Amino acid sequence: MEYMPAFRLHRPASVEEAVALAAGDPAVRFLAGGTDMVVNIRRGIERPTALVDLSAIPELGAIDIDSGALRIGAAVTLARLAADPRVAAVWTAVAEAAGSVAGPTHRAYGTVGGNLCLDTRCLYYNQSEWWRSSNDYCLKHRGSVCHVAPGGKQCFAVFSGDLTPGLLIHDATVDLVGPGGRRTIPLGDLYRDDGMDHLALAAGEMVAAVRVPAPPRGARSGYLKSRVRGSIDFPLAGVAALVVSSDGLATDIRVAVTGVNPRPHRIRGIDVHRGHALDDNALDAIREAVRTQAKPMKTTTVAPWYRRRVVGALARRLVARLASS
Amino acid sequence: MKTVLSLRLNGRPRDDVVPDNLLLVDYLREAVGLTGTKIGCDGGECGCCTVLIDGRPRHACLTLAAACQGTVVETIEALETGGRLSAIQRAFHEKLGAQCGFCTPGMVMAAEGLLRANPRPNEADIRDGMAANICRCTGYVKIIEAVEAAAREIAP
Repeated sequence: MEYMPAFRLHRPASVEEAVALAAGDPAVRFLAGGTDMVVNIRRGIERPTALVDLSAIPELGAIDIDSGALRIGAAVTLARLAADPRVAAVWTAVAEAAGSVAGPTHRAYGTVGGNLCLDTRCLYYNQSEWWRSSNDYCLKHRGSVCHVAPGGKQCFAVFSGDLTPGLLIHDATVDLVGPGGRRTIPLGDLYRDDGMDHLALAAGEMVAAVRVPAPPRGARSGYLKSRVRGSIDFPLAGVAALVVSSDGLATDIRVAVTGVNPRPHRIRGIDVHRGHALDDNALDAIREAVRTQAKPMKTTTVAPWYRRRVVGALARRLVARLASS
Repeated sequence: MKTVLSLRLNGRPRDDVVPDNLLLVDYLREAVGLTGTKIGCDGGECGCCTVLIDGRPRHACLTLAAACQGTVVETIEALETGGRLSAIQRAFHEKLGAQCGFCTPGMVMAAEGLLRANPRPNEADIRDGMAANICRCTGYVKIIEAVEAAAREIAP
């Protein structure tokens, strides 16, 4: 058994109570499923003084559809989201991504908010205490050298949440609650391009829900990922895409990626394909845009060149499928 | 800090004083003495510690005992009745779904959760439903056959 630090566990019944319990102490952490947080506590990466368990808060557990827009509470489990036929029918990429996270047991209690706020991951970070200590730790935690890019002062740990790209292509926003009150921001603004400090949350702030507007009429979307073990692993690369076609021409095309950068993001520069057929040349250009904007580093046991190739290939395959279906 | 944990474990109500940082798997094995639930990878990868909480599979090694307040927890020890193996346990035995046996309690509990949610799974459903459990002996074929056999017996 690895070391568990002493901490207090709070189980608040409301969001306001949860935020009040977390206020003022930067070492308090929010807990939902715990599939990421508890592992990191056991590895000595997180040393919380207290955990605020969000799983008993009714407000966070609802999936609502109102006027065509979707609202998913942060404590909704990935299994529930994946199995909701209303979500799969309209926001297919979101349901496919939820169903592709880890394995069925993880999805049965892992949550939407946890997946959106997943800590960034790296070969040199997600290791046991003795492994990291024998390697002089790393820039992200306790150390002074990044073993991925030893000359630099930047952390390249990658964001590996599967849900985010499917939500980004649907222009999702997130409802945040913190000591300063409630606010809603675009989901893309939740993330920073810094593996060490990748979430743009204020101190004591948490994600309460994600809102997803109705997709454009006729939109088709999907999510594809590559991983070492098809049954459970984090993505080596993940791609979500949305395509709207009319008379054989693409009128809208959106692609977003995860697992290849510290920050999940929409692929830029593919709007030029709007109004054109998504033929082999267009698909090749989309693949190249994805490859260029993905910056995989040596953060997994799989080589960066492979992840760069696979993220482009996944994007091309997915867009081709969506355009022809 | 400590909490009085009240839950229903394998059909019986229990109240225990537990530290806030106690993991469910350590509560089960060390405090209650139910050592059927195994600790494999210690990080939610292998599925050996799978138990059912309110009927759904969950990793006991990633769950805080104090967070199970008011829940119904079932472990591998709950499955036999009067010394007789459950249909899933018997199928694992008869179809050679267990070799070294270390993953077996987690496999059986994952299968139990799967068959409660989907009593008539096809092979793909079984492969998906058992995907969070790793076995290093059987090559999985015998495990899938065991779950198929158990499903046929439970819901013919």
